[in-house]
Parts: sequence; structure tokens; C-alpha cells
Amino acid sequence: MHVVIVGAGEVGTSIAASLAPDHEVVVVDVDPDRAEQLKYELDVLTIAGDGTTSGIQTAAEVERADMVIACTDDDRTNLVTCGTAKTLGDGFTIARVKSTEYLRTWEGNEGAFGVDFMVCTDLLTAENIVRVIGLPAAIDVDPFASGLVQMAEFEIAAESPVAGQTVSEADRFESLTFVGIFRNGEMIIPRGDTDIGAGDRAVVIGSPESVQSFANDVAPDATPGRADEIVIVGGSEIGYQTARLLEDRDFKPRLIERDSARARALAEDLPNTVVMEHDATDTQFLSREHVDEADIVVTALGSDEQNLLVAVLAKRLGVDRVIAVVDSADYVTVFEEIGIDIAINPRTVTAEEITRFTYESVAENIAVLENDQAEVLELELTEGCGLVGRPISELVDEIDVRFVIGAITRNHALVTPRGDTVLQPGDHVILLVDSDDVGEIASMA
Amino acid sequence: MTRTRRVRVGWRASVGLTGDVLTYLVVPLSFPLLLSVYYAESSLPFLVAIAVTLALGSGFRRLADPEEDLGPREAFLAVALIWFLVAAVGAIPFVVAGVGTIAHPVNAMFEAMSGLTTTGATVLRDFSLHSRSVLMWRQVIQWLGGLGILILATAVLSEIGVGGAQLMESESQTQDVNKLTPKISATARLIWGLYLGLTVLAIATYFVLGLAFDPRMDLYNAVAHAFTSVATAGFSPEPLSVGAFHPVIQWAVVPFMVVGSTSFVLLYFFINGEPMRLLRNEEFHFYLGVLATFSSVVAIALFLDPSTTFGAEGTLRHAVFNVASIVTTTGYASTDYVQWAPAAKHVLFACMFVGGMVGSTTCSIKSLRWLVALKAFRRNLYTAIHPEAVRPIRVTGKPVDEEVIRDIYGYLLLSIVIFFLLTVVIVVDAERADLRVTEFEAMGAAATTFLNIGPAFGEAGPYGTFASFSMTTRGVMVVLMWIGRIEIIPVLVLFTRAFWTS
Repeated sequence: MHVVIVGAGEVGTSIAASLAPDHEVVVVDVDPDRAEQLKYELDVLTIAGDGTTSGIQTAAEVERADMVIACTDDDRTNLVTCGTAKTLGDGFTIARVKSTEYLRTWEGNEGAFGVDFMVCTDLLTAENIVRVIGLPAAIDVDPFASGLVQMAEFEIAAESPVAGQTVSEADRFESLTFVGIFRNGEMIIPRGDTDIGAGDRAVVIGSPESVQSFANDVAPDATPGRADEIVIVGGSEIGYQTARLLEDRDFKPRLIERDSARARALAEDLPNTVVMEHDATDTQFLSREHVDEADIVVTALGSDEQNLLVAVLAKRLGVDRVIAVVDSADYVTVFEEIGIDIAINPRTVTAEEITRFTYESVAENIAVLENDQAEVLELELTEGCGLVGRPISELVDEIDVRFVIGAITRNHALVTPRGDTVLQPGDHVILLVDSDDVGEIASMA
Repeated sequence: MTRTRRVRVGWRASVGLTGDVLTYLVVPLSFPLLLSVYYAESSLPFLVAIAVTLALGSGFRRLADPEEDLGPREAFLAVALIWFLVAAVGAIPFVVAGVGTIAHPVNAMFEAMSGLTTTGATVLRDFSLHSRSVLMWRQVIQWLGGLGILILATAVLSEIGVGGAQLMESESQTQDVNKLTPKISATARLIWGLYLGLTVLAIATYFVLGLAFDPRMDLYNAVAHAFTSVATAGFSPEPLSVGAFHPVIQWAVVPFMVVGSTSFVLLYFFINGEPMRLLRNEEFHFYLGVLATFSSVVAIALFLDPSTTFGAEGTLRHAVFNVASIVTTTGYASTDYVQWAPAAKHVLFACMFVGGMVGSTTCSIKSLRWLVALKAFRRNLYTAIHPEAVRPIRVTGKPVDEEVIRDIYGYLLLSIVIFFLLTVVIVVDAERADLRVTEFEAMGAAATTFLNIGPAFGEAGPYGTFASFSMTTRGVMVVLMWIGRIEIIPVLVLFTRAFWTS
């Protein structure tokens, strides 16, 4: 693949580093020193200049690029870069943005701004935080269909209430589907009467809310409940998105923000969050509001120094789990060594997401399970492909492949698959399939 | 050296608009005129009124200056002027007709102002003295005032354009001029169309029920009561008000009063395929909750009182009807509640301060203000424990601006103060004139006029008359009905220096 990466910051460098061994990578950066430096670090071609211009893009041979990744720190630069790339060639464009507004616009019309795939740093980070908060019991969690659908794999412990139940007993949730059970390294396609035993690993696909509820059933002790206290410190975009996603999952978090106008705006947007306007480093305030008794504290302040201070303070006060957002990747290990439970770096998260995306070919999105025994794929169905127009029960009988459809999204809304559901062109189908049969299923989409 | 301050109000624009409205007043005046011809009664009262309004109107229009824009100040001035002068013209037929208590100019003005502001307090003593056309004129004035004359003006006078939103907002402070269409005049027309439709529906309902149950509810009475029930106004050509009719008709009036006090914008959505906007509205829930609670309390009070002998259906009907009549600020009565036990009577007094929904034909303080004030108070309790908490007040999920909450607190306080002052004036003036008015009756009369409800207690009860108060008191009441109906501010700002000069 010929890949052009615009922006050689932490995100761009990290993506370039993982792609360089197998692909032909060109990195463009506006800073000549940075471009020069990178030349010696990685086996890539570097070009210094403004990546939004056609001149520089032509020099990077965008017209024959398979993929253009715009990952500078500036949203508009990234959008214009993708727009320009589309005038030159037909490569797949990926843009990194901070603003969720641009993401919403793009989701309304995929292809807007000439962007084929958009990664929203702040939202992605918030989703990561919420996953860490909400599903500590899961072995593996992956989002699909831009976050509408979640796949999660759980190990069923002997003391889990689900152990010993059948699939139909355990699946009490409207928008949740059991797609696979791994027992002693063997994959079982679950039926309603399949028993779930201790030591099994169950893979479920459904709305994030239903996955959260299921986690509660599987591991009630490890999974935070509605009564657990979650405190978010800092009303940054990441803090706000985290609170919003937690609200969606029926939590009632508290959010501490120092700036009064920002606090008011957050309180207006977050009806189920208690927003407090105060300096979070004031220990008297923290103990008066019983933050020391909180189960989880997330620090999402503007700078690493502040996050460090608050995180250490929270840990000293006796908070169970402290999750810190760390802006500089270099400090992640420092944070964790000090004793902060989890440090999340938005740039690493973004780079991982983009890299993950570059691996994918036919499918929109994939997740590999249990040493590649099975894969979860997201397929976008085209007009006239082999899967559309017939009810799922017919498809299952007819196609000689081990697969289970876990969720369908149609016009950005979740449709729970049933035997009589008829697939339509444009649907995104999230399914689990035996690794040997991936090619066959993918060719039918 | 004398320094003359420049007047910064484009008063010619306000006066010009007032002239337009006065000229258009010919249209409603011709309805009782035609009626007087039909019933072969004297047409003179209406001919004189038409002549006066035309003369005044064209005079005012001559003063108009097309160069001047209708800004916020001009809108305030226009609103105050129009409401006062339309009432003044409305009083002319009563004076010219020259019979009964309302022949006296102050009484005539009281009756017309009470009508236009949809108060419904009357100074009539003997209804039989008056011609049918004059009695109908009282009803027509109320119907005009019901939704607000300026919404009507905006609907009819297309040249108002941009100023229309300004006017509608000045007329009613909390009216969220939710534009239903990009053009304000088209929005006003939609709302008035709805009002007209409801009125026609009320006429048909009353008339049909009249045919079935009660011959006294003829077409004349059906029209007369439809006008004042949808407008939540309260005048009736019958001395016994709606109590004169069959119980079924009394029940039928209740929904029309309640609908008249419901936000017309939300009603519009309700009948145009978005019913949830009304059904999920918090103010609507609050308003219905208030109606239900007060009705039950009054019903219980009546059931517990051994001296009332209405029977089960009658007790329930009188409780629901009179509570709805007062909460919606209509002012009808199904029975003389002055005779009720003190408990029930005092609950009715409390009902006077509630009012219906914002953006309807209702008066008084209005449900939205109470709802926001109660929520703000509950928030104060919360922030007493968590001083750092930031909690926006939400109504139907939407955050309410802090400035709006402050205005609402101010409005509540101002209303209560004016109510107390008026009570004191009534008591003192009654003492001076050697009239027997108890404090409770004075409070009732003060609330009912200032909050534009209608009847009070004692002499001024639903089957009584306000003519028993002194002339001074009645004069003060005229002013306060005027101020109360346009929600205080447009009149009070006229008395500030900053309004005129800075």
C-alpha cells in the first residue's frame, strides 16, 4: 500500500512506525526540522511543507495513494487535507478531529469534507474511559458502527450468577445477542438451550447499554452499579463526553469544573450529572463533598501537571480507582508508576484506532477473537449482494458457514436481528464468523 | 439656562399604530349594531361609538410618522395606549345607552376595562334594564381582549411586520413568541385562526346542548358564552352566570375554559400532528395538577360541610366548575359560592393567584412562573447543602436562563406588593365612604381585579356587583385591571424617566 500521512506529531509518528515495515509510507509535516528528524527514525519518505496544498500532495504522490491519513493537531487542516486528496486521487481518506460537531456532521453524510473515515480523538478517549470504568470484567471490548454497537467477551467465573444458566435464560436484554461461546478452546455457536458453564468465555454483541447490563449479570461485584460514585474532575471535552456516555449507561456521575461559564454550560447539557463549580485541588472541598468515598475518579483537566496533582490527591484520599487522562505519551508510565490505576493517552488511543483501521480490507471493522479462531466483522451491504432481501433464518440454513449475526445498524439506528429480519442494502451488519470462513462471508457482502 | 431634554421615544409610531387599531374597532362594533337592528333596539350607542373611534383613529393616524420605527419603547407605549383607549371607546355605548349603573362614565369605564382585560367583574345591578345588543357588546369586548388585542392587530395589520414580535412580547412578558412560521403576522394569524375555531366549536356545542337540555341556551346565549369561555373572560348576559343553565351545559363549559387557558402554540402543535409537545409539557402537567388538586380540596371541603345540599354530582360539579373558572381566570360561577363554608371559599381565594399557561387567554400570575419559582426554591434547598453545585432549572428538559428566573422572582414580588397595596386602598377607602367591607372581601376584590379574574366575595361575589364599592375604589381598580392584564411592566416603564429621555 502507498500511504500518505500528513502531520508528524505523536499520532502521525506512531502510525507511520507501525505501517513502515509493510507499506510504502510518505510523511508530510509543515516543520522541516521535524521532517528531517523523522527520516532517520523511520524507514519512510518525508516531505516538508503544507499538506493541505495540491503541490505538496502531488509531491507525495497522493494520486496513486491507497490511503491518506490526516492527523495534525488542527481539525480544519485535516479536513482540508482530505478534501484536497479527493481532488487528486481516489485513496481512502482518514481524518483525525477533536470536535464532535464535525463528527456529527460527517456521520450525517459519510463522505462529507472528502473524509472516508473520521476519528474523533476526544470522543474516542471518552469511550475508552467509559469502557475501562464500565466493563472491568470484560476480556475484550470493541466498538462497532461508530459506537452504536459493542462487542464484548467475558470469562464466566464459577461464582457468576450466569454460570449454569442456558443462553436464553441469560439473554434477558432486548438488544443483546449471544454470538459465540468458547469452551476449552473450541468455539460453539450458541442456541437458546446451550448451557453456559463456569470457565466458558461468552461473546455478546449489542448496544453499549445492554452490554453494560449484561456485565452486571456476569460479574456483579466487579462491574460498577448505579449506586457507585463516579467523579469526573475537569470539564474538558473529554470530561464532558465521558459524563455523557456514563449518563447513557444510567450512571449519575459528578463533574467538577472550575470555570463558572463552562460549568453552567455543562450542567445544561448533562441533566443527570451533578456539576460542581470549584477548584478540584481544594482538599477541604473534596472531603466536604465526600470525594474520598468515590469509587472511581477520572481526571480530565487541561494539563498533565493538574491531572497528576488531582490524581495523586484522590489516591491519597482513598479513592478505589483513579483514571487519569495524560496528554503526553511519555508520562503514561510515570503516572502508572506513581500508583494511578490507569493512564489514558488520547494520542495513543487515536493512533491505535487509525492503525487498526488500516489493517482492515473488505470489512469496515474487525475484531479477532481467541487466537484467531473467530472474527467479528462489520460489513456494509451493497445493492444486490448475496445477503440482502431475505430473512436471516433462510440465510443461516442456506449458507454453509459458521456465522452469527449479532447486530444490524440501519440509518444509524440499531436493529436487533431476529430470524425474520430481512437485510437491506446499506445496512451495517456486525457478525461473528469462523476465521476460516471470513473470505466467503466477506465476498457475499 | 434651561436645558430641554430630547424625547427619545418615537411616540408618533405608537400613536399611529393606536390610530390603526381604533379604526379597525369599527368591525367588532358593527356586530352589536347589526344585532340592535335585528332586535329593533336603539342603535344609537354603537353609532356614536363608531363615530368616535373613527374620529380618534384618523386623528391619531394623521400624527403618525412613517419614518419612525416600532422599537421596544414604542411597543410598550403602544401596548399601554391601545389597551386603555380601546377600553375607553368600548365604554361609550354603555354611557350613550344611559340606563342602569353603567350610564355613569366611571362605571362604564370599569365595565369596559373589566371586559377588555377579560376580568369579568361587573358593576351591573339589574341585568333586565339593558338591551340585548348592549349585553352582547360586553361579550364581544371580552372576546377581543381574550387572546390580546395586539396579537389580533399583528394578524390583521400586515405592515406591522418586524415590530409584531416586539408587540406580542410587550403585551405579555412571558409569552414565548415561538414563531410557528418565519413571518410573525402569519404566526399571529394561525393562533387567531385557532382561537376562532375554538370559539365556533364552543358556539356549536352550547347551542346543540341547549336544544337538547335547556331552552334558555338559545343561539344568542350560545354565542355570548362561547365568546367569554374560550377567552377565559367571564361576563354572562345572565345574572346567574352559567349557573342559570342545565348541569350538562355547566360541565360542557369546563373544557372550553381549560383549553382557553392552555398554550395556543402547543395547542396548534397538538392538532397538527405533534401532540406530544403538549402532552409532555411540564407546565401543562403542573397546570392540570393544580386544577385537579384544588378541585378535590374544594369538593372535600363541600362534602364535609353539612350546610351544603348539592348532592354528590352537584357538589363535584360546583367544585370543579368554580375552581376551573377561577384558576383559568374566567370568572363564571355555577352557584353563589359566597354562601359556602369558609374553608371552601378560602381555597377559591388561593386559586386566584395561579392562572393558566403562558401563551393562552389566561391572566393572573400563570403556571409557568410558579413552576419555575418552585423549582428555583427547591434548588436553593439543594445548594444550601452543596454550595458548589451548578444546577440549571429545567422546564420540559430545557434549561431556563438565570435572568429569566430573576425576572420571575421580581414579577411575583411586584404582584404580591401591588395586591397588598390595593387591598389596603380598598379597606381604607371603604372606611372613608362608610361601607362595610371585611378584610377578606377587600383581599378578594383586590386579587380578582388586579389578576383579572372576575368575581370576588361578599357584595362583590359572583351574583353581586362591584357597584357597591366607592367611586374612588372603582377608579383605582380600572387602572389596576389595565396594569395587571398587560403584566405590569409596559405601564410602569412609562413612569420612568429613563424610558423617555435616555
